[in-house]
Formats: sequence, C-alpha cells, structure tokens
Amino acid sequence: MPELLQFLLSGITVGAVYALVALGFTIIYNASDVVNFAQGEFVMLGGMITFFAHAAGLPLPLAALIAIIVTAGIGVALNKLAIEPARGAPVVSLIIITIGASIFIRGATQLVFDKQIHRFPAFSGDQPILIGGATILPQSLWVIAGALAVFVCLWLFFTRTLIGRAVLATANNRVAAQLVGINTNYVMTLSFAMSAAIGALAGVLVTPITLTSYDVGLALALKGFAAAMLGGMGNPKGALVGGLLLGILEAMTAGYISSQYKDAAAFVVILAVLFAMPQGLFGRKSTDRV
Amino acid sequence: MKLSLTTTALALVLGLAAPALADIKIGATISETGPASFLGDPEAKTLKMLVEEINAAGGVNGEKLELVIYDDGGDPNKARTFATRLVEDDEVVAVIGGTTTGTSMAIIPVFEDAEVPFISLAGAIEIIDPVKPYTFKTPHTDRMACAKIFEDMKKAGISNIGMISGSDGFGASMHKQCLAIIGDYGIEVLADETYGPTDADMTPQLTNIKGKEGIQAVLNPGFGQGPAIVTRNYAQLAVGLPLYQSHGVASDGFIELAGAEAAEGVRLPGTALLVAGLLPESDPQRAVVVAYKEAYEKATGKPVSTFGGYAHDALRILVDAIKRAGSAEPSAIRDAIEGTSGLVGTTGTVTMSAEDHLGLDLSAFRMLQIEKGGWKIVE
Repeated sequence: MPELLQFLLSGITVGAVYALVALGFTIIYNASDVVNFAQGEFVMLGGMITFFAHAAGLPLPLAALIAIIVTAGIGVALNKLAIEPARGAPVVSLIIITIGASIFIRGATQLVFDKQIHRFPAFSGDQPILIGGATILPQSLWVIAGALAVFVCLWLFFTRTLIGRAVLATANNRVAAQLVGINTNYVMTLSFAMSAAIGALAGVLVTPITLTSYDVGLALALKGFAAAMLGGMGNPKGALVGGLLLGILEAMTAGYISSQYKDAAAFVVILAVLFAMPQGLFGRKSTDRV
Repeated sequence: MKLSLTTTALALVLGLAAPALADIKIGATISETGPASFLGDPEAKTLKMLVEEINAAGGVNGEKLELVIYDDGGDPNKARTFATRLVEDDEVVAVIGGTTTGTSMAIIPVFEDAEVPFISLAGAIEIIDPVKPYTFKTPHTDRMACAKIFEDMKKAGISNIGMISGSDGFGASMHKQCLAIIGDYGIEVLADETYGPTDADMTPQLTNIKGKEGIQAVLNPGFGQGPAIVTRNYAQLAVGLPLYQSHGVASDGFIELAGAEAAEGVRLPGTALLVAGLLPESDPQRAVVVAYKEAYEKATGKPVSTFGGYAHDALRILVDAIKRAGSAEPSAIRDAIEGTSGLVGTTGTVTMSAEDHLGLDLSAFRMLQIEKGGWKIVE
C-alpha cells in the first residue's frame, strides 16, 4: 500500500507542475483563441532569472519577484512587437508567431545567461515529509499550493471581475467588444502580461524540483499543453484537473506497468478522451451560429 | 576575359606562394554551437589555446601549426560538408573533431577515402570498433565506464543490482553496453527501469527498485538533469543502498544540482582532470592535468571540463606523432599515431596499436565518491 501512496504523491507533484504550466495557457487563449507556444519559455525565464538574480546575491523572494516582473514585461513586449502588428491575421498565423517567439527567447537566453543546468534551494528545505510510509518533498506542497492559488485567482478573475469578463468578451467577438467600450488592445496586453507572470511564477515554484536550463521550456509547454487539452482549453478548472490527471497517469504507468510506456500510456488516454469529448473534460461547447 | 585571366594568374601566384609559408595545417570540425555546445565549446577553446601555446614555443619540428576550425553546430550534414572542405580545399594533414558520435560517424568515410588521419572526440565504441586505418579517438567508451563500475561493485561483494537509465542517447547506449558485459562480473540486474530525459520525478521507478528483494546497489546511466533528480529522489525515499552514477555526470555541476546532502556517498567513474588537486604527487597524470587545468582556467576564466580534456589529448597525440614522424605527410602521421606509446593525457595514458585506436585501459578512470560536497578518490 505505501507503493500506491508513493506513486500517487509522485503523480500529484508532477501533475501540479503540469497544471501550473497549463493554467498559463488559459488567459491568452481566452482573450484571443491563440495557443501561446512561448508559454514554456515564460516558465523557463521565471526559473533562469530567479537563479541568476539569486546567484548575484539577492534574497530568493526578491529574485523571484524580479523574475516574475521581468517575464511579465517580456510578455507585454511579445504582444506589442509580434502579435499586435499582425492583428487581423488568422489565429494559425498568430500561433506560428508564438512558436517563432519561443525559439527567439530560447536563443536569447542562451546568449544572455548560459547553457548550463541550474537549481536554486527549495523554499522550505529538502527534508521529506512522511505520509503513511510514502514521502513528499516540501517543495511539492509549494507547487500544489501555487497551482491551487492560481486556479482560484483565475476563476475569480473570469467570473467575478469586469475586466475578466472583458477578456472573455474580446475572445468571443472582438468588434462587438469594442462596440460596447472594451479597449481590446489593452485586454490583449494585459492577458500576455498575466500569462507571462503565471508562467514565471510556475518557473519559480518548480525549478527546485525539475531544475532549469535554457531549453526546458519546450518539454514543459508540451506537457502543459497536453494537460490543458485534456481538461479543456481555456478553462482554469480543466487545466488544474488535466494537469493532475496527466501526472497521476504517468506515475501509475511507471509504477505498475513499465516506466518505458509512461509517456505513451498518458498520451493514449488523452487521445481516447479527445475522441469521446473533443472539447476536453471541461471545455465549453462551441456552437457556431449560421 | 581580361579580368578572369588576371584572377587565374593571381590564383596561380597565390597557389605557388602557399607552400612557401610551410605551416603544418591541421583541421577541426567541432560543435561549438547547437545542442552539443557544452561539449564543443570547451573543445574549440582548448584547441585554439594549445595551438597558440605550441606556436609560441617554436612550433612542431620548427614549423608553425595552423589550425583551420569549423563550427558544425552538432549537425552531421554540416560536419560532412566541412570535412570535405578540410580535405579538398584546406588540404589539412590531419583532423581533430566530431564532437558527437553522430557527427563523427558521418565524417569518418571522408577521411578514410582521402587517407587523412582523424581523431574523434566522441564517446561511442562504434567509432574505433571495428578498427579503421585512419580513425582514432580519445574519450574512453561507455563500456569501460561500465567495467570500472562493475569492478568496484564486485570488490564490494555486490552481485544483484537495480538499474535506472535515461532513455536519451547516452543513457540508452550505456545501458546496452553495461548489459553486454555485466555477465563477466557475475552481477545480475533484478530491476531495470527507465525515465525520460526531461522527467521531473523518478520516485515511482525508485520505489519499485526499493521494493525488490535482494538488490544491493543501484546504477544510473544518464546525462544532464536526470541523474541529479534521481539522486535527489533516492535521498527522499531513503533507499539506503549504494548509488552509482556514470561518467556522464562527472562534474562539479552535478554535486551542485543534486545537492551535497543528497549526493553524499554517490560513486562514479571520473577522469583525473576532475580531481587534479587531489592526485598524489607520484601520479604520472598529475603534472599534465594540473598544467592543462591552470592554463585553461587562466585563458578562458571558466572551470575546466572533461570534454576540453579530450581535445587536449587529441592535439597532444597528433603533435607527438608529427614530431616522431619527422614529416607532415598524412600517411606518415597515421603510422606515428598508431605507434603512440605511453603518452600521458588528461583522460589517461595512451598506448595505441594496430588493433587498438583508443589506447586507454581501465586505469584511465578513477573511482570517485562524493563526500561533503567534494570528491574523494577511492582505490
């Protein structure tokens, strides 16, 4: 029985990482229907900037804050310099622009920082916590708490605040949103800033577990994207549940079947779910009016 | 027409003038950028630094060395283009390079056809096995690392182990090599797990290994962040058995990533270069590795790496061969390289033969143990 619990704790740890990355996809997707493939790069920047600020002698919380602010700034710059000038282009073109941006950010990071793997200390030490014969690291609790906090904030933002509804309105129909007085440019800038900040926060929280280097963004973004698709793109609840499900699936496969098939099993389940429910578990049904 | 005539004439004059410079031209194609840049970058820096050093000291046989170096970015296609250019346009007498196994394997036929000696800096045993007349290499093979680890296990009376290997190229290759020779040591693998190169948590695999009856030690062939995470998870689960890592993570960076506490007691085979300061005065490699380490760190301001050491050894072997051959003819150099005997490098003492184009034995590796965040030689 302790094995099952250990697999579950491992799954939740990894799943919370995926969920945090998946949550970052939500806002930009909701504002513009664009899947931002530079999201993994935001996570990477969060980790890398924190590491280098910390290595330069700043206390960890301050380094993390700087990383989040700088990354949010980079998110805004991405929108202003790459997405906004292409306004009116089809969504697919915008998605391709984000792929280009991710390659650019990766290359720039390689030059500005370095090509090594880095880690900074866990927030509350490395002493594992024993739960019924299984163990979990305190940092995993930070990641889980972070994912839950971001989820609650996003849910409140989209359902309880005017600006959150403005974001949804912009996604729904940009022209109509402008007609009722929503500054859609502002909404886009804000959504990139928020997505980047959430990504950076994820990077800050997960780096003590996953380690970071200039090229970790791609793998994280892929898993986060898979989690978001599983849960339903654009829905914070979907991102959270999808991330955790994916993590637990992987851990159970590695534990009970074979670690060789870990990724394959997870993706088979995702495919099966998407065949039955193309919108994902919690995705909104799209009804096109003719 | 007139212009092209002039150009032809100019080219002729230049062509005639070139041999008068009488430099020994050696070539290199290295992955200075791209995914293998952490290997290629120190290699290129080492070559440039050493060539400068040798020329400042009067060159080889009274002639200056000229290094023609290309950056293949880790791309076998580009490496092949540069290899052809080195042979046909630059007309070099020997080539060092092939940072990765992929680039090395792609360019070997070029040098075999042109009969130009080539010293590879990549790990795979396929490069020199079967032996090809003009191909040599400096890094020890994965199989030797496996042998070194199994020898140490046997000494400790360990006969049943668990393996957890990365599924990346390095991990998969070493896993295969280890399984190929494990029978010779009477050791059995009771649990054989893998993990992906970007995985964040390996506790499920380690839980299974921990739960298997009879396992006495765990071996983790891997590269990059994976082994650091395995080591951390290993401590988290308090597995309590000896943990062996591979030469793929033999660097100070590994201790930093895994954390000194989690890495305490981890054993791995590393080169003398890693523990230059710890070698006893009587060690034949001490003078070589200390000199290289100091020169490299002074020239680049960066810590020395095993990979730069491979390039160091390749150039030393080449220069030694040219000196002994007393000529810079490719075929004479080839014969002299094959006759290399007792040359002390950073990876070990090299003695080549017609059957062995690597020339290292197991003494090239030192069994190291991590203690209090530092290294200790255990032999």
